[in-house]
Amino acid sequence: MQTDFLKVEALSRIYPASRGKTAVPVFENVHFSIAKGEFVCIIGHSGCGKSTILNVLAGLDEPSSGVVIMDGREVSGPSLDRGVVFQGHALMPWLTVMQNIEFAVKSRWPDWSKDKTVQHCQQFIDLVGLTGSEHKKPSELSGGMKQRVGIARAFSIQPKMLLLDEPFGALDALTRGVIQDELLKICAATQQTVFMITHDVDEAILLSDKIILMTNGPRARIAEIVINTLPRNRTRNDIHKDPQYYRIRNHLVDFLVSRSRELAVAQDASYDPRHPPEVRPGEAGDEVPSDMPRIQKQAAIHLV
Amino acid sequence: MKTSLTFRAYLLSALILGVLLMGWYLATLPQKAAVAVPQADAEYAALMGGSAVKKSGMPTPLEVGHTLQEKLADPFYDHGPNDKGIGIQLGYSLARVLAGFALAALVAIPLGFLVGMSPIMHRALDPYIQLLKPISPLAWMPLALYTIKDSSASAIFVIFICSLWPMLINTAYGVAAVKRDWLNVAKTLEVSPLRKAFLVILPAAAPTILTGMRISMGIAWLVIVAAEMLVGGTGIGYFVWNEWNNLSLTNVIFAVLMIGIVGMMLDMVFGWLSRLVAYND
Ligand SMILES: Nc1ncnc2c1ncn2[C@@H]1O[C@H](COP(=O)(O)OP(=O)(O)OP(=O)(O)O)[C@@H](O)[C@H]1O
Ligand SMILES: [Mg+2]
Repeated sequence: MQTDFLKVEALSRIYPASRGKTAVPVFENVHFSIAKGEFVCIIGHSGCGKSTILNVLAGLDEPSSGVVIMDGREVSGPSLDRGVVFQGHALMPWLTVMQNIEFAVKSRWPDWSKDKTVQHCQQFIDLVGLTGSEHKKPSELSGGMKQRVGIARAFSIQPKMLLLDEPFGALDALTRGVIQDELLKICAATQQTVFMITHDVDEAILLSDKIILMTNGPRARIAEIVINTLPRNRTRNDIHKDPQYYRIRNHLVDFLVSRSRELAVAQDASYDPRHPPEVRPGEAGDEVPSDMPRIQKQAAIHLV
Repeated sequence: MKTSLTFRAYLLSALILGVLLMGWYLATLPQKAAVAVPQADAEYAALMGGSAVKKSGMPTPLEVGHTLQEKLADPFYDHGPNDKGIGIQLGYSLARVLAGFALAALVAIPLGFLVGMSPIMHRALDPYIQLLKPISPLAWMPLALYTIKDSSASAIFVIFICSLWPMLINTAYGVAAVKRDWLNVAKTLEVSPLRKAFLVILPAAAPTILTGMRISMGIAWLVIVAAEMLVGGTGIGYFVWNEWNNLSLTNVIFAVLMIGIVGMMLDMVFGWLSRLVAYND
C-alpha cells in the first residue's frame, strides 16, 4: 500500500463539562490513517464521536489535542481539498439544483467562464442521474434526489478527499441501494479517497476497503480495524454469494451488539492505541462455517 | 368549490360595504325639526343663508363621494401653502416616509448583520436596543426639532427612529438563525466573507428581514400622520389637521380614506417582495 495520504494522530476531543461534572473526553487517543484511493467507513454506536471526528477532518471543528495530516500538511480549517456531504443534505433552498452546484464550482474555480462552469456542473448532475432536474428547487425534489445533489456538489469540486456523514441515513432502502451503486461506480472511476460514517453494516461491507470500529463513548477509542477482504468489484446483488460476506457481517454485528460495550470497559493488555488491531474476519478459515444458522439469524438483526 | 368561496367572500364584502354605507347614510339624514323651531332661530338661520332644516355635523356619504370625485379629478394642484391637491400632500408624506425608511434600512440591515453574526455584539448592543425600542418615536420630536431645527427633516428623523427597531431586530434574528449547515457548506468551499454574506446569509435571512421591513413600513406610515400634525407645513398629516381646523369633516374623512388606501398599497408592495424572496425548506 502507498504511503498514507491522511494521518490522524492522538486525536481527542473534550467538550466543556456541564455544571458540577468533570469533563470526560468524547474520544481520546485516536490514531488511524487512510491511503490514497481508499474507502474507509467508521462504525460505532450513537454518541461515540463519529461526527466529531469527521468535522475535525473537515476542519469545521478543532480537536482538543492531536493532529490531522493530509498530504503532508496539517489540517487547520476547512479547505476545498476536502468535499463534505452533510447528513442533512445542506442544499440552499433558494437555489436550483444547477445553482447549488454552481455555487461550489464557482468557489473552486472563480475564473472559469459561465459556459465552462455550467458544462462542468452538468457533467456531475448527469453523473448522479439528475439530468432534467437542473432547474428544480430542492423543495421540489425527493429526499434521495436531494442527497444526490449534495453528492454531486461535493464531487464537482474534485476534492482530494470526500467526507460523508451518514449520507444515506434518511433514505429508504431502495433509494439507498441505487445511490450506493452510483457512489461505488463514481468512486471506482475517480479513485476517490473517502471517509464515511454509517450505521449500516451492509453498506460498510459493500463500499469500504476497511472499517474502523469505535467502542462506546465516552472515552471512545478505536477498538479494531476490519480489513474488508472481499474483492473490490462488488455489486449489491452478488455480494451475498461470497462466504466472506457473512463472516465479515457476523463480526461487525457481533461487535456492535456486545463487544463495543465490553471493550469500552475492559481493554486488552496488549492494546496499543497507536496501532489498533487489524482483523480480517473474511479470511477466517476456508471451511464452510459450521454455525451457519446462527450467522443467518444474526444477519437478520436490524441495527439502528 | 374554491372559486365559489372567493366569490362568496367578495359578495359578503360588498354586502358589508353596502350595510356600512346605508348605516352612514341613515345616521346623517337631515332631520326635520320635530317641534316648532323658535322664531329667532329660524330668522338666524335665514340670515346665515341656511334653511330651517337642522343638519347633522357629520357629512353624508353623498357629500364625501362628491368630494372624492372632485379632489381625485385634480389631485396635483398647488394654490399656496394651505391649498394643495391631495396627491401633493400624500407625495410629501410618502417622500418623508421613504427617506426615513431608507436611512433606517441603511443603518439597521448592516447593524443587524453584525449583531446577528457576532454574539459579543449581540450582548453589547442588546441593552440599548431593549431600552430604545419601547420609546414612542414622537417623544424624540422635541429633541429632533431642537437639534435639526428643520421641521421636515425632524419628521424624517422620527420615521427613521420608528423604522429602525423592527428592521434591526428582525435582521439580527434572521442572520443568527441561518442554518449551521449552510454556513458549513460555505466554510468547506472556502467562500470569502463578502460572498458568504451576500450569497448565503442574505438570501437565507431575506424572508425574516423583509418581515421586519414590512412591519417598519407599517409603523412609519402610522407615525407620519402624527408627526406631520405636529410639525405642520405639508403632508397628509398636516392636511388632516388643517381640515379639522377648517371644520371640514368631509375633507377629513376623505383624507382618512386616502391614508388607508396608501397604507394598504405600501403593505401590498412588501407582501409582493416577501413572496419574491421566500423559499420553502
Ligand atoms: N457542542 C457540544 N457540546 C457538548 N457535547 C457535545 C457537543 N457536540 C457533541 N457533543 C457530545 O459529543 C458526543 C459525540 O457526538 P457526535 O455527534 O460526534 O456523535 P456521533 O458518533 O456522530 O453520534 P451519531 O451516530 O448519533 O451521529 C456526544 O456524546 C455528544 O453528547
Ligand atoms: Mg453523527
